[in-house]
Amino acid sequence: MTDPVIELAGVTKDFGEDVVTHVLKGIDLRIEAGEFTALVGPSGSGKSTLLNLLGLLDRPTGGKLRVLGRDISALDDTELTELRGRSIGFVFQFHHLLPALTAVQNVLMPLAIARGRVTTEQREAAIEGLREVGLADRADERTMRLSGGQQQRVAIARALVGRPPLVLADEPTGNLDTATADEVFELLRGFNRRLKMAFLLVTHSPELAGRCDRIVTLVDGRIVEDRAIDH
Amino acid sequence: MPIAVFVALQFLREGKTASSLVVAAVGVGVTVIVFLSALIGGLQQSLIDKTLGAQAHIVVRPPEERARLLRIDDAPSGTIIASREQRPAQRVRSIVGWQRTMAELAQDPEVEVVTPVVAGPGFAVRGTASKSVNVLGIEPSSYVQVVAIDDRLIAGALPSSGAQAAIGSELAADLGIEVGDKLRLQAAGGRTELFTVSGVFQLGNREVDERWVLLTLRSGQTLLDLVGGVSSLELRVRGLFEAETTAVRLAAASGLVADSWMRTNDQLLTALRSQSASSLLIQVFVVLAVTIGIASVLVVSVVQKRREIGILRAMGMSRGRIVLVFMVQGGVLGMLGSIVGVALGIAVAMAFGSAVVDARGAPLFPITVELPLVLTAAGTAIATGLIAAVLPAIRAGRLDPAVAIRHD
Ligand SMILES: Nc1ncnc2c1ncn2[C@@H]1O[C@H](COP(=O)(O)OP(=O)(O)OP(=O)(O)O)[C@@H](O)[C@H]1O
Ligand SMILES: [Mg+2]
Repeated sequence: MTDPVIELAGVTKDFGEDVVTHVLKGIDLRIEAGEFTALVGPSGSGKSTLLNLLGLLDRPTGGKLRVLGRDISALDDTELTELRGRSIGFVFQFHHLLPALTAVQNVLMPLAIARGRVTTEQREAAIEGLREVGLADRADERTMRLSGGQQQRVAIARALVGRPPLVLADEPTGNLDTATADEVFELLRGFNRRLKMAFLLVTHSPELAGRCDRIVTLVDGRIVEDRAIDH
Repeated sequence: MPIAVFVALQFLREGKTASSLVVAAVGVGVTVIVFLSALIGGLQQSLIDKTLGAQAHIVVRPPEERARLLRIDDAPSGTIIASREQRPAQRVRSIVGWQRTMAELAQDPEVEVVTPVVAGPGFAVRGTASKSVNVLGIEPSSYVQVVAIDDRLIAGALPSSGAQAAIGSELAADLGIEVGDKLRLQAAGGRTELFTVSGVFQLGNREVDERWVLLTLRSGQTLLDLVGGVSSLELRVRGLFEAETTAVRLAAASGLVADSWMRTNDQLLTALRSQSASSLLIQVFVVLAVTIGIASVLVVSVVQKRREIGILRAMGMSRGRIVLVFMVQGGVLGMLGSIVGVALGIAVAMAFGSAVVDARGAPLFPITVELPLVLTAAGTAIATGLIAAVLPAIRAGRLDPAVAIRHD
């Protein structure tokens, strides 16, 4: 058996120094390679906070967190950054593209960051990535000139161009109309089926959550339900 | 292209207005530095040239004579004697054993050229006109290496034989004589000799042009009644601004009096120094203003680009690289500003050079922008950009990626 992609045991997260808010109150969770999981819960329950911990953007206050078999409390900032760049793709609600860059420049960014420089082969790979999301013909368009759905697809191409074993998506469809949201969801699902990377997807849509393999429900910093879905 | 440079250029392009404004500001700063340095440099060079055009770096003379006090040994004790020291009229006196002194001076590593001079007062007489002059007997071949008077000849040549004399242009005009005319010189001691004018020089220094008469050393010695002697040894030294130190050392070693151009032009030097100091002060303030300008633009940029920085961090860009992105921005702003500034500085200097002219339309002083100045100004601008970027860059590097990408 291979390591789980993510393994949390009793993970807590507090914010503030004088007035401490306990946001995550002991999370136990395993996500296996290739799993397509929905993370649901009311606003303020700590979903984004949890995603930031899994994405190595922040460190837990307590508990154990292993990502791809590595105990992250043993890693320093540089190692964390390096592991993040290599293994984790992010898709956010507000796409978070670099607005002044063209679509292809945005997509090649993770490759360029990993290499330390921008090269022409990266451009080829990035155009290929845009083809996968159906936007190869808009490669040299500045992303601010694209529609919301197109921008989100560029963001997905960017998150996946390095083929990370884990993709974290925080409300990737939250800002889109139903039809576009559906397209974007199916795009992610397709990548998951073809390339077998694990996805953890925060969504407020019960309909979309129902189309995942598994639904984890977070309420007030605790997992209250964790169930597999039979399709 | 290195990723930090790529991102830095993108960020600068994104904030085009702010970038252009700050480049313009740096440009104006560099213009001031280039122009001011060129102006002060040209002004000072021309003042020094003018001063040293008619003057050796160091003049070595015999020690001054002092009056001896009368001895009053037989005065009754308790008598208070009031005495007034009267300095004797300074005669033209020779340096004792000057050939040996000259050889010794030439040994000094700072000394480039030594030339013997005999100088004294006299009168130039032509017809009924008579002018008070300063007679100098020189060895033309070495003298011109100390005082480049050969460059200032407007007619003829320096005296090459004992019967020839070169005179200043004003003197020539006053007496109405030209090259080839005869001129009678009378020394203060009473001797009179007849010379042929071989050349006329013009130094632009009234005292010199009106009063100097140059003879060969031998004729000068004869006329001034100092056969075989010289009244001074004049020196050219390597370090122009070390001349005073050198003079002090030479004086101590030879037991003679050595005056450097720096001492005789004390006021000029003080003026030059305070000019340089105030120019430096202005430049320091300009650099300070430019630094603050670049820094403030970058600080704002760090705040505006918070989210982008967060995304870059999420994509695996290290803190160090983020710092680098902002350092590069500072460096690029400085570099672009220096290009604008150097171009503008040269333009302003040239415009100034052709606007500020004397009555004849010639530039009042040479104002040239030289490569070292350009490189210094450009280097200063780039260094300024980098220094200005340090704080914003560190702030950018410290941004917590989780906080930076939160959407609230
Ligand atoms: N950096 C922070 N400092 C202080 N409090 C924070 C911080 N980040 C999150 N919180 C708090 O933690 C709680 C959970 O926030 P989080 O963003 O994780 O919720 P969420 O489940 O993603 O909500 P939503 O569905 O609205 O996105 C909130 O009360 C929020 O104010
Ligand atoms: Mg959230």
